[in-house]
Amino acid sequence: MKATVTITLKQGVLDPQGKAIEHALTGLGFDGVGEARQGKVIALTLDESDEAAARAAVEAMCKQLLANPVMEDYEIALTP
Amino acid sequence: MSAITPDLIAEHGLSPDEYQTVLDILGREPNITELGVFSVMWSEHCSYKSSRIWLKTLPTEGPQVIQGPGENAGVVDIGDGQAVVFKIESHNHPSFIEPYQGAATGVGGIMRDVFTMGARPIANLNALRFGDPAHPKTRHLVGGVVAGIGGYGNCMGVPTVGGEVNFHPAYNGNCLVNAMTVGLATTDKIFYSKASGIGNPVVYVGSKTGRDGIHGATMASAEFSEEAEAKRPTVQVGDPFTEKLLLEACLELMATDAIVSIQDMGAAGLTSSSVEMADKGGVGIRLHLDRVPMREDGMTPYELMLSESQERMLMVLKPGREDEARGIFEKWELDFAVIGEITDTGLLELTWAGEPEASIPVAPLVEASPVYERPWVPTEPPDAPAIASPDGPIAPALRRLMGSPDMASRRWIWEQYDYYIRGETLQVPGGDAAVVRVPDSNKALAMSVDCTPRYCLADPERGGMQAVAECWRNLVATGARPLALTNNMNFGNPEKPAIMGQFVGAIQGMRAAALALEFPVVSGNVSLYNETDGAAILPTPVIGGVGLLSDSTKMMSLAFKGDGRAVIALGGDGSTDLSESLYAREILGSESGPAPAVDLAQERAAGELVLALIEGGLIDACHDVSDGGIAAALAEMALAGDVGWRADPALQSEGASFYFNEAQGRYLVATADPGPVLERAQQAGIAAIRLGETGGNALHFGPNDAISLESLRGTHEAWLPDYMAG
Repeated sequence: MKATVTITLKQGVLDPQGKAIEHALTGLGFDGVGEARQGKVIALTLDESDEAAARAAVEAMCKQLLANPVMEDYEIALTP
Repeated sequence: MSAITPDLIAEHGLSPDEYQTVLDILGREPNITELGVFSVMWSEHCSYKSSRIWLKTLPTEGPQVIQGPGENAGVVDIGDGQAVVFKIESHNHPSFIEPYQGAATGVGGIMRDVFTMGARPIANLNALRFGDPAHPKTRHLVGGVVAGIGGYGNCMGVPTVGGEVNFHPAYNGNCLVNAMTVGLATTDKIFYSKASGIGNPVVYVGSKTGRDGIHGATMASAEFSEEAEAKRPTVQVGDPFTEKLLLEACLELMATDAIVSIQDMGAAGLTSSSVEMADKGGVGIRLHLDRVPMREDGMTPYELMLSESQERMLMVLKPGREDEARGIFEKWELDFAVIGEITDTGLLELTWAGEPEASIPVAPLVEASPVYERPWVPTEPPDAPAIASPDGPIAPALRRLMGSPDMASRRWIWEQYDYYIRGETLQVPGGDAAVVRVPDSNKALAMSVDCTPRYCLADPERGGMQAVAECWRNLVATGARPLALTNNMNFGNPEKPAIMGQFVGAIQGMRAAALALEFPVVSGNVSLYNETDGAAILPTPVIGGVGLLSDSTKMMSLAFKGDGRAVIALGGDGSTDLSESLYAREILGSESGPAPAVDLAQERAAGELVLALIEGGLIDACHDVSDGGIAAALAEMALAGDVGWRADPALQSEGASFYFNEAQGRYLVATADPGPVLERAQQAGIAAIRLGETGGNALHFGPNDAISLESLRGTHEAWLPDYMAG
């Protein structure tokens, strides 16, 4: 089973990297970019074939390592 | 608008008495925004309500002092029209919750305090305390805090040149992150926060305001409980690149005469900056909150006033200078907004789209800020017998000590910091004090942060005295004349008389030492409620000191410079009690007994002697004796120079009490010509003991008692990287 984890900063947490992207886009002449926020995507290949068990495992990985739950949200998408 | 309920008042950390004072001041019920303003202004963090009466007893004056406590940072004259500006500040609670960002924003905040005064930051230091290395959270905290400090300082282009780190189980639930910044200014271009000029524009510059760390200041004023970890507030994220722009923009505007006053937005953000500026000037201030640059939609006046978004400043400009200032800030790609004006009403008035949102008289808000003379009980000095001299060889004990968490090399930490950036660093981390040259001059500044919490727990008064004395001694050991100090008082819950007693004792000790050593306090910070589930940290009054070398070519360092030097121990009261020494804790497993006594007159005399020896070129290495006693000091000098040492035959019967006691006021010096050194010491009435001679590649304590430098270095360097590798 494959898992795709999308990690973004929580709403309201300052995103300096996003700010830099927004600034650079404006500098390049892309008008009308209000706010840019960035994150990261982690793709995992799992031996587990049961969806609930896979989700629980990735959930634990997110809490312990992949995301910083103090300031980041994460979303898990699973595909067989 | 939400009704003001007793629960809401309690959530804002106001006691019923304090709330009654709010009602008396306003003559009515506050609204939620006003309640928020009172709450943060009267929090422990902003009002110093438990500590103020004691802090006032510290000496703050001297011919060198230009500005003592009460401004963003202290200012001290270093001659030639130049001033050194410095302060230390804690970011303990945020660093425990999110170590990287907590430490990073702590460094950012203290640098802002310094450049707000018109100074360019030239060096950062930090004092860190973590829990037991075996505690599951410790490694994560060490890694995050160190990376955060390095990340922010390195991006700003300010070298991190020194610091100290301790580990102790008492910090398991509350780590300490104290950050110090030293800056350089010209004496006729110092900027203050006192607002003036009715009608003058109030200007907001820097980053936009978001919902960062709302109620950080009140959080820093309450004990943690396990639940607090779940109820985490929004974490402040630092943006050092924006702060670098803010620094350059502020210094550029400061080179003109457009600024009347300036204040950085730290804890309690817009509230404390606007209230402090208005109060110092005895004026009113009106802020149109809808004009504040905002990062998020739907922000309320309450949130705007309490946000702790980083990298922001508030200024009062001279009338008509707004466009010039706007031009500079926009050039540096920063937000700039005229958000209000100075008034003659004496009120803090907040409006939103022309509608009044809050109105609070400034003077009563500040003056009625609660002051508590909290009940305290003095700490009883421990009634334990002196530790009898343990038998056994010195070398194996030294090896264990040098590889213990509190003595092991900090290289893993400071190698993550850029300590050479700016190209003025003369003495890097690992010595007694860091030394940084004053650009384009022959002068240099020495700086050090010090505290020995185990002494403070045993005897807060001696501990406070010792922290000041050790810091002074570290500066002296580089050849610098100590100028002034900044203090960071980290304690538990002041509502407990025993904890308040620790605080009072430490202040009394610091006061005595600062007076005797003419080492005044010019700035400081207090962090209380460092407790988790009722367990307090060790009392930790950290002292940050700065000294001046008028001729940087005469700077002294601790490394043995070559073979054939006599090594002499100077100073001390002859005490050989091992109580509270690191040896007692690490080797004997004892944490009881009295802290070492500090004889301030002897301390002063020994320091003056060492300064004269350095000035006269009579010694070529010098190191203060602290944790681990003479043996550890010898080891550090030998490792730094890669030159060994052999004990004088007369000392070969000396045991652990001689080598590991931590009697105060002592230095080890090395010299090719011991005669004049011994003579000067005798004239000054300072004890001098010939310890032996440098040479070889081992430390030889006796015939069958030696350790090679290679082996010692291996143990000393291994602990921290091994620990962090997990």
